[in-house]
Amino acid sequence: MIIGLYLILTALIATALLSNRNKKVNYLMVTLFVAVQWIFTVFQFYYVNQSQLEYFTADAIGLLLLTVLSLLNTTSAYYSFIYLEKRGDTAKQRSSYFAAYVVLIASITCAYLADHVAIAWIFVELTTLSSSVLIYHRRTERTLEATWKYIFICSISVALIFMGILLLGLAVQQAKIGDLYYSNMMKNAVKLDKFWLKSAFLFIFTGYTVKAGLVPMYTAGIDAKDKAPSPAAAIFSSALMNVGFIGIFRMYAVVSKTNIVGWANTVMIISAISSIFIAAAYMIRVKSYKRMFAYSSIEHMGIVMLGLSMTGIGYFGAILHVILHSFTKAALFYQFGSVFRILKSKFIKETGGYFEKNISGALVLLLGFFMITAVPPSGMFVSEFMIFSSLFAKGYLWIIVLVGILLTVILWSFGENIFKLLFQKTGGEKEIKEPVEKISPMEAAPQFLLLFLVIYLGFFPPAAMVNLINAAIKLIH
Amino acid sequence: MINILLIIFIMTLFVCATAIRLRTFIKVIALQGVLLFGVFFIRLNEINTVNLILLLLETIIFKSIVIPYFLDYLIKKNKISRETEPYVSNFTSLFIVTGVILTSFYLASTLRGGFFENIYFVVAISTLFTGFYLIISRRKIITHVMSFIILENGVVVFSLAVGNEMPMLVNLGVLLDIFVTVFVLGIFANKIGDVFKEAEVHQLNRLRD
Repeated sequence: MIIGLYLILTALIATALLSNRNKKVNYLMVTLFVAVQWIFTVFQFYYVNQSQLEYFTADAIGLLLLTVLSLLNTTSAYYSFIYLEKRGDTAKQRSSYFAAYVVLIASITCAYLADHVAIAWIFVELTTLSSSVLIYHRRTERTLEATWKYIFICSISVALIFMGILLLGLAVQQAKIGDLYYSNMMKNAVKLDKFWLKSAFLFIFTGYTVKAGLVPMYTAGIDAKDKAPSPAAAIFSSALMNVGFIGIFRMYAVVSKTNIVGWANTVMIISAISSIFIAAAYMIRVKSYKRMFAYSSIEHMGIVMLGLSMTGIGYFGAILHVILHSFTKAALFYQFGSVFRILKSKFIKETGGYFEKNISGALVLLLGFFMITAVPPSGMFVSEFMIFSSLFAKGYLWIIVLVGILLTVILWSFGENIFKLLFQKTGGEKEIKEPVEKISPMEAAPQFLLLFLVIYLGFFPPAAMVNLINAAIKLIH
Repeated sequence: MINILLIIFIMTLFVCATAIRLRTFIKVIALQGVLLFGVFFIRLNEINTVNLILLLLETIIFKSIVIPYFLDYLIKKNKISRETEPYVSNFTSLFIVTGVILTSFYLASTLRGGFFENIYFVVAISTLFTGFYLIISRRKIITHVMSFIILENGVVVFSLAVGNEMPMLVNLGVLLDIFVTVFVLGIFANKIGDVFKEAEVHQLNRLRD
């Protein structure tokens, strides 16, 4: 019932945002929403593994990602205030931005917690609709192009997921085991017909790769993250990618109880390695920072899939990696909002010398670079180490070598671009006519906090988080 | 009877593969709507009135009248030239679509399970992948939208396979179909068509690396 209350409150807040365009009211409503989201998250910890409104259950993986989402929601709301303030958008644009934002966060929340395949799928479709409003925020031709591509490819993916659900429905119907609840299917997975289950896994996996940012359907997400305002792009490449992850995770949890798990692992390994390869190939020739960050997300999701397709410590590493990647990538996108305000460009060849213009922001970028490329003391080093050791334990030496080479390429090109932005001036920079904007160091504080969390959670994981991750792993076994 | 309808449905895919004019595409979409209604009507015999009205609305009204009419209006409004402009020759297309259909028949023949599920599986999979192929191989954005509608028809056909026991899934599929199609077409009508006059894919390739 608390989830019903949450949905009603969210709907009310979104309506209020759309109907009242007063700035103060808008800000008040968004602040209220952040509070509601936190209260809801805390309450979910009291309802662990209990069915709510029949279709929702807060299990361990849902709770973990929900907490990450609520934290990022707070920071994204804060940076959205700054973004809209500095751009001087009209009241109409502001209210539609915030309304879409609130709907996006709420539908991500419900997609995390949904226990029924079809309900999760409906909320995934809702995330597509609300995020397309955010992508189109600047109302230019290029944002229109990105929005169109995003909607079109997501519509195809939604059709694919639905096809998968139908195949699952057929399998469940033939086995006579009730309805399409994840928990129900996990319990009775052995009874499901192998062929239908296999094809359902393929369709659902392919469909969710749009959100998760994996080969084959990663393309739409890149344009979306490139064109959306940076606070929204931060959500796209963290919490929204986790929607895809959780969709694949739950489906994998069903499949892992049957004897086709080896086949599913092969599918995931192929997708993972080609994702990392695509990311490496594009990061060499990428032209803008936002697209570079987007490709880096694809690389990390590839690593996560590698971990998920292994056993034991690989699962732990995969889930930890998802959490840490969300924090790091969000911090980088937030900081990029400041970079754009100062240097007025997002293209690599037009920017440079950021260190002298904004020291606190440059430090975030520098630290964020070390975090995202998993250089110690980054917590992602720990999770990647776990994933690689599980690969080693299973004897996949060739994958370690191949991925190692690709990660080196990524490290090199990421570093080259970031250091160019921070220290180098090559003469091709964009002329900045008006005086450079001074950005208060306090504005970077939340980003430092997120990056600090990445170190802390990686090296000193709190017992509560470890327990939750272990409980999530139990879902797979 | 269902088999005849479904076989005609598969035959429409060949027409799509070789269609030269956009108008042919529109006619095929309208025909598929009628065929879907026939299949729905025979297959879901124990259906309650509300569902029947929904399905009638979806197939006859929406798929065979509203969408074709609207597509026609879009073509006239945006002055889109009437060729489909494929990247590959019609012979190759026909060859590939035949391959897709044969593969799905082969896949289905390896299956155990009831005959009904299998024939729906064949039709659904071949329509789905033909839709994919048409999206990839055509140049105009409006053809992409049309191919997407065909792809969705494939999914709707398959929802019949589970329809008798899980009517909720059928309804969900129908609602998805209406919603997404209206959304995609609406954006096309309001934005893409106005901003990009020619509405060809090569105008939408500025975002790339």
